[in-house]
Amino acid sequence: MMNRWHVLKRVMPLLVGMVLLLSGCGRADLSTLRPQGPVAEEQFGLMKLTITIMVVVVLIVFAIAVYVIVRYRRRPGDKSIPVQVEGNHKLEIIWTVIPIVLLIILGVPTVKSVFGLAKDYTHDPKAIQVHVTAHQYWWEFEYPNLGVKTAQELIIPNDAVISVEAKTADVLHSFWIPSLAGKTDTNPGGNVNTMYFEAPKTGVYLGKCAELCGPSHSLMDFKVKVVDRASFDRWVAAMKNPVQLPDDQQVADLLNKQCLSCHAIGDKGVQLYPNLTGIGSRQAVAGILVNTDDPKYKNEGSVEDNLKRWIKDPQAVKPGTQMPKVDLTDDQIDAIAKYLAGLKLEY
Amino acid sequence: MAHGHKVKRYSGLKDWLTTVDHKKIGILYLLSGGFFFLVGGLEALLIRIQLWKPLNDFVAAHTFNELLTMHGTTMIFLAAMPMIFALMNAIVPLQIGARDVAFPFVNAIGFWTFFAGGVLLNVSWFAGGAPDAGWTAYAPLSTATYSSTHGLDYYVIGLQIAGIGTLVGGINFLATIINMRAPGMSFMRMPMFTWTAFITSALILFAFPALTVGLVAMMFDRVFSANFFEPTNGGNAVLWEHIFWIFGHPEVYILILPAFGVISEVISTFSRKRLFGYSSMVFATVLIGFLGFMVWAHHMFTTGLGPVANALFSIATMLIAVPTGIKIFNWLFTMWGGSIRFTTANLFAVGFVPTFVMGGVTGVMLAAAPADFQYHDSYFVVAHFHYVIVGGLILGLFSGLFYWWPKMFGRMLNETLGKIFFWLFFIGFHLTFFVQHFLGLMGMPRRVWTYLDGLGFNNLNLISTIGAMTMGLGTIVFLINIVVTSAKPRNASNDPWEDGRTLEWTIPSPAPEYNFAQTPLVRGYDAFWKEKMEGKTEMVPAEPLGPIHMPSPSSLPLFMSIGLFIAGLGFMYAKGDYGTGAWAWILHHHIVAIFGLAITLTCMFLRSVFDDHGFHIETDEILRDKGVKA
Repeated sequence: MMNRWHVLKRVMPLLVGMVLLLSGCGRADLSTLRPQGPVAEEQFGLMKLTITIMVVVVLIVFAIAVYVIVRYRRRPGDKSIPVQVEGNHKLEIIWTVIPIVLLIILGVPTVKSVFGLAKDYTHDPKAIQVHVTAHQYWWEFEYPNLGVKTAQELIIPNDAVISVEAKTADVLHSFWIPSLAGKTDTNPGGNVNTMYFEAPKTGVYLGKCAELCGPSHSLMDFKVKVVDRASFDRWVAAMKNPVQLPDDQQVADLLNKQCLSCHAIGDKGVQLYPNLTGIGSRQAVAGILVNTDDPKYKNEGSVEDNLKRWIKDPQAVKPGTQMPKVDLTDDQIDAIAKYLAGLKLEY
Repeated sequence: MAHGHKVKRYSGLKDWLTTVDHKKIGILYLLSGGFFFLVGGLEALLIRIQLWKPLNDFVAAHTFNELLTMHGTTMIFLAAMPMIFALMNAIVPLQIGARDVAFPFVNAIGFWTFFAGGVLLNVSWFAGGAPDAGWTAYAPLSTATYSSTHGLDYYVIGLQIAGIGTLVGGINFLATIINMRAPGMSFMRMPMFTWTAFITSALILFAFPALTVGLVAMMFDRVFSANFFEPTNGGNAVLWEHIFWIFGHPEVYILILPAFGVISEVISTFSRKRLFGYSSMVFATVLIGFLGFMVWAHHMFTTGLGPVANALFSIATMLIAVPTGIKIFNWLFTMWGGSIRFTTANLFAVGFVPTFVMGGVTGVMLAAAPADFQYHDSYFVVAHFHYVIVGGLILGLFSGLFYWWPKMFGRMLNETLGKIFFWLFFIGFHLTFFVQHFLGLMGMPRRVWTYLDGLGFNNLNLISTIGAMTMGLGTIVFLINIVVTSAKPRNASNDPWEDGRTLEWTIPSPAPEYNFAQTPLVRGYDAFWKEKMEGKTEMVPAEPLGPIHMPSPSSLPLFMSIGLFIAGLGFMYAKGDYGTGAWAWILHHHIVAIFGLAITLTCMFLRSVFDDHGFHIETDEILRDKGVKA
């Protein structure tokens, strides 16, 4: 009996250590344990403080538990009656006061941080204002001061505070970029939530929906692309450039009829569903089909292949999506995918 | 001595359908709660199979959402709650020296409405789709606009009916514990399990009405096109979150407090030592129950309540760690200096202490609102609440079941199989849920049907699935144990663990219909232990031997819940396109619902008009029982 306990208590931490070594702390663009900006860093700091205190508490309890279990186990044939202790005021006061002290150590920075992170940048002219609107299962990003609207990929400069006003167009979602900032829910009915974050390092970060929102909740990913200021300015300008429809009139008609009745590309079409301006230079199609020339996983492929896969059968990629299976032949899909894949923004 | 009233006793199935005996109702709760536990466990295994590798398509996305919703709802409302009620019914009256609960008839209503609600909820699987908006059923996903199947109707109506059962059950135990204690059993002499049952019942009394109000409002939204939570019509979705968690957080303590009680009893018994710091344990239990109502918004830190609310609820939540810590150390120091025997019951209890501490400390971590912005709705939260509910409540329940099994059934569960069960379940549990902390921290949201490859989630999810299988294997061993045990003779003694301290161990196993032939006189805390230490083998009676008044069995509770079940279906299916036939007319005019309610109201009318004075068990029958047993 005791041996098993011993073995377990010894093996468990080893196992745990191995697991951690194997997995590291997760991907730098996704993990809360590898913060890439000041907001996530502040939150990670609080996490480290609490984890440290709590590991100490757990170790103390484990130590007492192991000691008691080993030391006071009943020997065979032992009929003795232990002393019936009612309690001990000194001990009881100790284990009431120490936790209170620990909680004060934890509570003060928590409250400080709660108010710090609630700072409102929505009227700060230097901040980049972004209106985030969550939809079943895609994200709309509007830059009200810049007159630009995009979807699925949030482009931001690395030298400014990003001030987010989040809401939903349908059910609850939650806007989360783990390596940059904690999440905020998107509420319906004009109930707008604000948050801010900064991303000093350029690169691409993964964003997720964190509130159950329907069948494709798990597939409601987005990307945050952090670029330098000059590049950001070029992107804003490029978004406003007029867009050329395909030279082939047939494809252009098809596009007008079948795609632009819901989507917008540059100055053309309507803004009901994801804006497709520059879709050829985005990181992913439909949020989860990752664009790469060197596909390794089932959800990866070239932009063109991904577009074809998506248009051919949207339900197979994202169950429950409102994107319909459009009545198109394979050739027509190929032509449209080719055109869309060629829609690249230089920035 | 002659009494006027006819003795009403049934046997076989009729006995079980009409019983008002708290011990039999306890067994009914255990059987149905156990059944739903297996159903919920199966759902959990399907969830884990779906998640064992990235981009798996073992189940479809909408089926997965149904599974996770029904897993949570079933485990909380249909497995954990009834199993708690099973132990409370089986043990609390025995621990306080009572012959029954205060309202035996209401007790039966409590069971049958819970059962009707639970069955109704699960009928949804076969009626076009189970609820799929999570056990929290957040609006607008749960409103008619975004959930067009009847799944959520089953949720709102099934839980209302089951909720009636829980509420009346809670009221019944409050009345029982306040009024029916044996002479000398003052509040501060009550066993710890009875104390926790008392506080849990008080929490039920205040928390469940909030849920009922929320569910009624949501039912009006869905069935009668009201707009409490429909934002498009001016309703407020955040209101549902508040109502749900004003119920939901106390619910967590409703679940865990009885487990605290079980652990206190088991550790004390198998350490042969008085519970360390009994009065501070009582105080801590009351305090946890009180604070439990002050912290609901910590489930809503990311909802956008603002920094003042977030700061206040952060601090309030952290405070709960203090009374919980008191309990943990009291258990450790109960064992300190004791003579600890590792029966299966005690293995579960000892395993509970460090496991629950791990769940508790992640709770404090979650209380820090800014850090919670990262943890919230991630797998970290999944790990946390499974540590407190499975590692806390379920380990506590299994401990209690092994401990009180002889008192409930007269047979001791097999210890070898029990220990195999414990190790499989315990190791499987940690394997399943420990790694989930890290999945959450690494950016995996909860309630995800699948995850992409290459995100670093693969290994940990595989480990988690293997752990879940191990837990399943352990549960199978437990089922085998029950079957093996039920084939053995009923020969458990009054005090089968030999170190029993409380009143339930002074009477035969299983207890006779009337529990105590003579109500015992309680002379101190750990009443039986006190007598034992003074060299006595039984309690001093507080009354002479005499005829015992018993309540009559009744089929009304069963029919009342059948009526509610029918009414529930009637309300759900009142709307819809059924053409123009007679059937459509019946459904559209709520005839089915009215018919169901009429059954229930008729039963209530019959109960009110026709008095049933019960019957008496005569002295010679009691003496005969004693003769056979002794």
